[in-house]
Amino acid sequence: MSTVLILPFLICFSTVVLTTLTWRRTRLQKMIHLIASAVFLFSAILLLYKVRQSDISTIAVGGYQAPFGILLVVDYFSALMIFMSAMITFVVGLYSLTDISKKLQRLGYYPLFWLLNFGVIGALMTGDLFNLYVWFEVMLISSFVLLIIGHHKSQLEGALKYVSIHFLATMFMLLAIGLIYGLTGTLNMADLNLLLAQSQNPTLVTTSIVLIVLAFSIKAALFPLFFWLPSAYHTANGTTAAIFSGILTKIGVYALIRTMTLLLPDNVWILTLLLFSATMTMITGVLGAVVQYNFKRLLSFHIISQVGYMIMGLAIYTPFAIAAAIFYTVHHMIVKTNLFLLSSISIKIGKTSDIRKLGGYYDRYPVIALLFFISAFSLAGLPPFSGFWSKLLIFQAAVYSGHAKVAIAALAVGLLTLYSMNKLWVQVFWKTPPPRPDLESNAEHLSYYLSLLPCVILASMTLAISFFPQPIFDFMLQVSQQLLHPELYVQAVMQGRHV
Amino acid sequence: MNDLLCCLCGLLIALSVYLLLSKELMRWLFGIVIFSTTINICLLLAGRVTGQYPAFVSEKMLALNEYSNPLTQAMILTAIVIAFGLVAFTLVLTRKVWIAFNTTNINLIIKDEKRQEE
Repeated sequence: MSTVLILPFLICFSTVVLTTLTWRRTRLQKMIHLIASAVFLFSAILLLYKVRQSDISTIAVGGYQAPFGILLVVDYFSALMIFMSAMITFVVGLYSLTDISKKLQRLGYYPLFWLLNFGVIGALMTGDLFNLYVWFEVMLISSFVLLIIGHHKSQLEGALKYVSIHFLATMFMLLAIGLIYGLTGTLNMADLNLLLAQSQNPTLVTTSIVLIVLAFSIKAALFPLFFWLPSAYHTANGTTAAIFSGILTKIGVYALIRTMTLLLPDNVWILTLLLFSATMTMITGVLGAVVQYNFKRLLSFHIISQVGYMIMGLAIYTPFAIAAAIFYTVHHMIVKTNLFLLSSISIKIGKTSDIRKLGGYYDRYPVIALLFFISAFSLAGLPPFSGFWSKLLIFQAAVYSGHAKVAIAALAVGLLTLYSMNKLWVQVFWKTPPPRPDLESNAEHLSYYLSLLPCVILASMTLAISFFPQPIFDFMLQVSQQLLHPELYVQAVMQGRHV
Repeated sequence: MNDLLCCLCGLLIALSVYLLLSKELMRWLFGIVIFSTTINICLLLAGRVTGQYPAFVSEKMLALNEYSNPLTQAMILTAIVIAFGLVAFTLVLTRKVWIAFNTTNINLIIKDEKRQEE
């Protein structure tokens, strides 16, 4: 059992080592990368399967038991997120085979790519607050480097914003860890669940949790802390942008859900704050997208707006709403990664990221058009695609719990999302292309079809969710039941011992 | 002693926020350095700084507040190493900015970017 738990972890780490050892041998490195992503995905599926059988599993690293040692804890939610990030890694890894040039490889792209995954898996599995901080730093440093690798002049400004805001975020988190440790004398999350609730000083507890929530809100790009996202993501290369949009902000969402359900469950004050912030995030994000004409910037603004929906589900805080938020997260990871990959392919063909200068893809590249249609209109929430179900669930959750205003805002945002996706569709696919003599038909390569393969996988996953939402949502309900009963988590970690 | 350190933390945070808001990248860099150091001092405070005895259980059992908590010190060590890496990275980033734009003033950099977009 414990081998299965630690397997995704080990695979990431050994791939970092192997790709570093084969730094100069680019072909061999790509081969190792490809095999590792497949094995990684397989191990994540195995983990999900095992956790389904035995609920919450833990490993005490180094044999030190809770609450003293650092524990790796995998419950349904972590296992699901590990599976999703392994899936995204596998698909983006396939895309990277055609996208990453030899030059980038010689700069050490693949070791960093896997270091990022290593950090992601660590953050998803750890049961210790300080350890979470360390994993976030691992993720952060590798994402900094991935963001500016190859350093074009245009990447620097976005990278500066990204670095400074994320640096502050982790420092807030560290400060909160200091405060919490001073208050309770423990950093084990299950132990904190017991101790924070009965603390003598509830004001200080709320303050430190707000600091943590602030740090994770920056990572998840919540209002008003989202400005770093659109200025950084659109400058990164295709693979990096896809992996960032698919995984990184969603780790912030994961950490927020984990904090709000485990560390300080059902804190009305913070949840109200989050609900307000989520509503504003949805609105500002989509308004930003409406005025954009840069392909990737537009999609980046949509990430912000969609994160708003997820946090809205969390802030409503009913079992149904949290299940809907997790469903939304899963749907969004798939769709957003696909949109970013397709936008990279289209930009590569058209040699510009200004959608006013692109056009006519519907005639010339019908496969791209079909794949883009599925993802874009799933994002916009058109039935029968997965986005429709996830928006419907969130909307239902809001109405059932009496948040009518928020539900109306969500609907209006959905409409604007549809408008801006329509804009993309008309501009890039339907419009007759502006005369561009410098474009020859360079799409008939093998690499073109190879780069479309990951998009096909993602689009078929979207379709699978679209046509069979019920079994998936049933699982999400189980996940949210487990999240809303933190005593199960505490019991699994402490194994009956009370401190 | 604790009160004094708390005041020091407040002062240092104020100073680093002032520096972080600066348009000049070198000042921003110093802001980052001071900010991370101050947070480390806060962590140190959480584990009692005035304890006079090493954290070993000795024959004469002392009250718990006579010891300093070694765990926070271990955490600070980790945090220092991480912050060091981050600062090194930001230093290199600042240098790259200086090479690319020939200035470290944010306003001039943004102006340069705008001109290039047009």
